[in-house]
Amino acid sequence: MNMVRFLIRRIITGILVLWLVATGTFFLFFAAIPVQSVARNLAGRAASPAVINQVITYYGLNKPLIVQYGHFLDKLVRGNLGQSFLTQEAVTTIIKQDLPPTISVVIGGVLLWLIVGLAVGILSATRARSLFDRFATVGVLAGVSAPTFVVGELLIIFVFVQLNDAGISFIQTGYAPITSGVVPWLGSMILPWVTLAIVQAAVYTRLSRGSLLDTLGEDYIRTARSKGLTERRVLYRHAVRSAMTPVVSQLGIDVGALLGGVLVVEQVFSLHGLGYQIVNAIPSGDQPVVIGLVLLAAAFVVAANIIVDMSYALLDPRVRIS
Amino acid sequence: MTDSLTGPAPSGFPSDTDLSDDVLVRVDNLVKHFPVKGNGMLGRTVSQVQAVDGVSLTVRRGKTLGLVGETGCGKSTLARCIAGLIPVTSGKVYFEGQDITNLKRGTMRPFRREIQMIFQDPYGALNPRRRVGSIIGDPFAVHNTATGAERKRAVQDLMARVGLNPEHYNRFPAEFSGGQRQRIGVARALALRPKLIICDEPVSALDVSIQAQVLNLLADLQDDFGLSYLFIAHDLEVVRHVSDSVTVMYLGRVAESGPGDQVYDHPRHPYSAALLSAAPAADPDAAAARQRIILTGDVPSPINPPPGCRFHPRCPKAQDLCGTAEPALEAKAGDPATHLTACHFPVETGEILARADRREQR
Amino acid sequence: MSVTELQFQAAAVGDAPVAAIQGRSQWQLTWRRLRSDKVAIASVGVIILMIAFALAAPLIAAITGHPVDQAYPTTGQNSFGNPVGPGVHGFLLGTDQIGRDLLVRIAYGARISLFVGLLTTALATIAGVTLGLVAGYFGGVVDAILARFFDAALAFPFIILALALASVFRPSLTIVIGVISFFSWAGISRIVRGQTLSLKEKEYIEAAKSLGAGPMRIMFIDILPNLLGPVLVLATLYIPTAVTFEATLSFLGIGIPEPAPSWGNILSEAQQFYQVAWWYIVFPALALLITTLAFNLLGDGIRDAIDPRTERIFAGSKATRKRGRRKRGQLSLDQAILVGQQDGQVTDLPITNAGGDVTS
Repeated sequence: MNMVRFLIRRIITGILVLWLVATGTFFLFFAAIPVQSVARNLAGRAASPAVINQVITYYGLNKPLIVQYGHFLDKLVRGNLGQSFLTQEAVTTIIKQDLPPTISVVIGGVLLWLIVGLAVGILSATRARSLFDRFATVGVLAGVSAPTFVVGELLIIFVFVQLNDAGISFIQTGYAPITSGVVPWLGSMILPWVTLAIVQAAVYTRLSRGSLLDTLGEDYIRTARSKGLTERRVLYRHAVRSAMTPVVSQLGIDVGALLGGVLVVEQVFSLHGLGYQIVNAIPSGDQPVVIGLVLLAAAFVVAANIIVDMSYALLDPRVRIS
Repeated sequence: MTDSLTGPAPSGFPSDTDLSDDVLVRVDNLVKHFPVKGNGMLGRTVSQVQAVDGVSLTVRRGKTLGLVGETGCGKSTLARCIAGLIPVTSGKVYFEGQDITNLKRGTMRPFRREIQMIFQDPYGALNPRRRVGSIIGDPFAVHNTATGAERKRAVQDLMARVGLNPEHYNRFPAEFSGGQRQRIGVARALALRPKLIICDEPVSALDVSIQAQVLNLLADLQDDFGLSYLFIAHDLEVVRHVSDSVTVMYLGRVAESGPGDQVYDHPRHPYSAALLSAAPAADPDAAAARQRIILTGDVPSPINPPPGCRFHPRCPKAQDLCGTAEPALEAKAGDPATHLTACHFPVETGEILARADRREQR
Repeated sequence: MSVTELQFQAAAVGDAPVAAIQGRSQWQLTWRRLRSDKVAIASVGVIILMIAFALAAPLIAAITGHPVDQAYPTTGQNSFGNPVGPGVHGFLLGTDQIGRDLLVRIAYGARISLFVGLLTTALATIAGVTLGLVAGYFGGVVDAILARFFDAALAFPFIILALALASVFRPSLTIVIGVISFFSWAGISRIVRGQTLSLKEKEYIEAAKSLGAGPMRIMFIDILPNLLGPVLVLATLYIPTAVTFEATLSFLGIGIPEPAPSWGNILSEAQQFYQVAWWYIVFPALALLITTLAFNLLGDGIRDAIDPRTERIFAGSKATRKRGRRKRGQLSLDQAILVGQQDGQVTDLPITNAGGDVTS
């Protein structure tokens, strides 16, 4: 019962946040700058005055702000995000098209970094100060310092180029949809996944290692051991579960980082996903696309945070009760 | 001597004694409740912790009032109410006849020079990141009374006064022992020559041998500077040694109060009697001869105090009346007017409190 | 030593004025530990070199004879119109795609990156500490509102804000500084708030109040000194995050606008030339990596110098290795001397998001 109430509370908060974001977006794009600029932004920077006037009437830009705001929210709730200036397509269509590469990168990347990060972290903690641990921590430190796009570009130079020169074309830049075969899809995804994961895995290794080391020192672990449980059982049933809570909360913070990472990775590896879309929409002044994607990103962050909060509550019963 | 020494006076009207030079601090029916909130940030108040529930007392100039009671009886809370550190729910605090209850920070400021506090924990009461000279000089800084070299000299003088080496002016608290840290606290409290120092269990955290040193220091300072002390402790022997008059508190109320000798030699309230019987006596023969009074039952919580006399669930002399009617704080038959007890069936002189499970101490 | 010598010394001692003996502060001990930490010292060295490099940019331009914006289509490009490599025609690190000297550009880029990194961290720290103190100290409604604000700011994907801003206004240095500062302060605030909340319950704060000290004095004279340790570590670890964030923004085209060089926008251009000009990518990348690594190591070192109980990542000198082997519950030598240094220790610092690029 408590979980349901918890969920509902989080969802309500989430909707509130989304509304705030939508309002902020509206304010930024429509209210903070003069009507002419807005119209020009929406029509395209090179549009003629006639077109601009058309845009003004079409979007009702000379109506009072409240009315505009109302229209904006109204369209939003119906799922109408406007049309791209460049291609005249509905923004929603563009989103649907560009979703697959982004989703592939995100899911694969997150899984990779979690698995590697946690595995190395747990192994390091259980073999504290061994050779493995030492190597891992050095690797971690290197990983922690590198910005994503640098890693990506270096990977291209040192892996992609080398492999291609040697005649192995498994790894490619650009996106190969899974429909055209799993192998090409994997080939296009491996480097992006590794790029996303290297930096984050480092953080999670350090986090899980530290957290697990702390947990292993707790008295109740000693009790579990003295009860005669095998080390493995002690580890996985008791210690790891408690040690995971900081990991989960870090995940919540990292959701935002993920967005940035995705943007960068799509640029570096020429994956035409949502990130690529938005980065290119900016210099071309394609406002509707930018607005639509900004709102989508915010929705994603809110949803991800809710999921993270739920997992946190599952892991740590104290959160549910408070 | 008038009998309004510790009794309640009509609020708002300073009694005659306030106008005499005798009374420094008068607390009138002080009540402090802490709300217990329900879940979440905007939770409703579900109940109240009745930390202090109608306490009146007086501290006279140049004298020491000892305040005793077990943990949770509200003595520390009371002290902080008097010092103006926490707001009072109801009741009044008078300092030299002036009402200082719940004053705003600005208006309270001048009184802060006169009322100072010494704290229990020598390790927590000093900011570990500040040098001792700076800590002791704080009062001068806050009230702008001395600066620069003058302040340094004043601080070093204070340090010498309390038995510290003035050369250690630049040291950090971590470099001092517990006893020395308490001395630093005393020096800090003394800086502006206050009239009242509230000592909140100042020696409880110290070794017994150090306790004596600090207590002697406090006594000397009282003589030298004409200080008044409100001395809070749970150790009766310590209180006996330093106090002129004693107030015994139980669960937020005054159980008994009066001149020290009176209360110690002729305790009237069963609780006071039990406390005194539990205190170890130095003389083994006296200890053997004394009957230990064992109190049974749990200490009730201040959220839900028992009706009537708060002590009745644990009292060896409790009768039906005690569970219904609250006893008034008054002088009992045969006692001087200054010795007040709140009990329906006070302990008679020579009475041995009988209980089925009474044990004899060997 | 002769008798007169001894007598003289005794007299000298006797006549010495009663001076105050200096206590060893927490800071002095921290400094000593830091000085013996080889890795941290090396990091400081690298940082100083990088700063020198940045400051010397005009000098480098003068020495090589290649101004930062000057393109050399003849000497700076090969016959295919591609950049030339390191050492060719006097271009120490090669050129970029329009023939500009890469070394000079990287040096100027260092200026931007370090300037942005240091300035935004400074701004964020000042704002963050102040707000955290206020929220933690005053509690109640003030704290409730501010804390929600911190949480929102922390969870907020700043890259989105940067994108939106760049879309509405032209990308500029001001936007970059604004966004990065805005993104950094919330993390500091949260830590400071947490520490303040626990510190304000201490008895010495009560003591200060009983003296009549006002909130300003208590916050800045009593609480703040106890916060400096964690804040310093946090700030040092935020610098590389800020640098990386700037680089990422520039890489995406919404940071420092061309033609001003930033490591980020250099790498953005360099992307397309990965097949023909490896130096175009590798050298700026190295500059970035070295800088962020150095700051991260330094931050770690400072954290360790302040609180030697932390497990060291690099057990450098023998002394630190020994410390690392200490069993739980045992005090280090310094701690045994200074009993009661519980307050102000660096407890749970979050691991600031590295790769930092666009942490939310």
